[in-house]
Amino acid sequence: MCLAIPGKVAEIQIKEGVRTGRVLFGGIARQACLDFVPEAREGDYVLVHVGFAISVVDKEEAERTYALLESMGVLGEELGLNADERRTP
Amino acid sequence: MKYMDEYRDAKIARGIAAEIRRRSTRPWVLMEICGGQTHTLMRYGIDELLGKSVELVHGPGCPVCVTPLEMIDRANALARRPDVTLLSYGDMLRVPGSEMDLFHVKAEGGDVRIVYSPTDAVELARNNPDRHVVFFAIGFETTAPAHAMAVLQAERLGLKNFSLLVSHVLVPPAIRMLLQSSRNRVQGFIAPGHVCTIVGVGEYEELAREFHVPIVVGGFEPVDLLEAIRLLVVQLEEGRTEVENSYSRTVLYGGNRAAQDAVERVFEVTDRKWRGVGEIGSSGLRLQEKYAAFDAERLFGLQDVRAEEPSECISAEVLLGHKKPTDCPAFGTRCTPEKPLGAPMVSTEGACAAYHQYRRHLVTL
Repeated sequence: MCLAIPGKVAEIQIKEGVRTGRVLFGGIARQACLDFVPEAREGDYVLVHVGFAISVVDKEEAERTYALLESMGVLGEELGLNADERRTP
Repeated sequence: MKYMDEYRDAKIARGIAAEIRRRSTRPWVLMEICGGQTHTLMRYGIDELLGKSVELVHGPGCPVCVTPLEMIDRANALARRPDVTLLSYGDMLRVPGSEMDLFHVKAEGGDVRIVYSPTDAVELARNNPDRHVVFFAIGFETTAPAHAMAVLQAERLGLKNFSLLVSHVLVPPAIRMLLQSSRNRVQGFIAPGHVCTIVGVGEYEELAREFHVPIVVGGFEPVDLLEAIRLLVVQLEEGRTEVENSYSRTVLYGGNRAAQDAVERVFEVTDRKWRGVGEIGSSGLRLQEKYAAFDAERLFGLQDVRAEEPSECISAEVLLGHKKPTDCPAFGTRCTPEKPLGAPMVSTEGACAAYHQYRRHLVTL
């Protein structure tokens, strides 16, 4: 749980005063709080840790890191996937 | 080299490793703090790649591993209450308490659930007003802002049935304690990249100045870690003791101010026990007095739940870099990821679990 996973901000909404993004990790979407990255815009890549974006990263960096984390088999745990989702390539 | 071959930057990695071996005039002892970094080092056999030029020892940066036994017991006590739903990150459920882990409490009927984010816990509390929802808030500086935001959100929503069981620790006081120990062998540190993404590098500069030790902020990929090691070796060979940031594409000098603000609003520094290590002064966070209504320990009177740690597990020696996991007589026999004696064998970020998972694969170097 100490890793941060890069994902793409697909959509930004304000939900009850919290700036929230729908962030895509490969084919998986998760809601992430964007309050710590006020500079993030739709289409940007962010590092997400336990549901909170902690920094904006560039696309190439994000894709490389994601591929590495995927190869290490740690994404399921970090993204809180259930067993069925983990089997999806 | 099996695993390095899978990595597309293997050529760059080998180049950096060759330079480290060439520059190194003696076997420098370096410590990576973060359990995620330990995982990468083992996964890619980086320690083996460096030969005798560098000895890597693994630091106390696995949040699950350093959560003290009595906090697990407190979580168990909460989870046994019929009115409580206890939420936690997945790893925590398998960490043994004095009597059992949270999975066993769940099997015995406790309402224990895994969540991905503390915001899920706030949402659950909101949708279940008849339950008291406790989130087991463990971790380092990286995770504290998220937990602070959960409290602020619960306050905004006026929730009376949400609280945190806080077991937060801080990296610099642990490094300080290591460096003050008469048994310390560590000559340079790889500082944890995601922690520094939040807090910046200022505190590490103080440590470098005070203890004359080089510190390099490192990322989590093999090339990141090798580059951090190379920078440390170059500093040591040149007699420099500075802080360098080799993860500057993510870590800003001042860190993330918005995240720091959230932590400062909700938490304050306190003494904390570290599993296997004992108490370290000013090494953790607790909720401020004004957020006492969100403090599960106070709400449920858990401060008196205490525990002594078992003697066979040498996790203190491992977490402080004095011993390797394989030095433990119980390693791989009486202590395995399936039946762990101590926390470093539980978490995927724990040094013992990383050794257990990868050592056997590294036969074809």
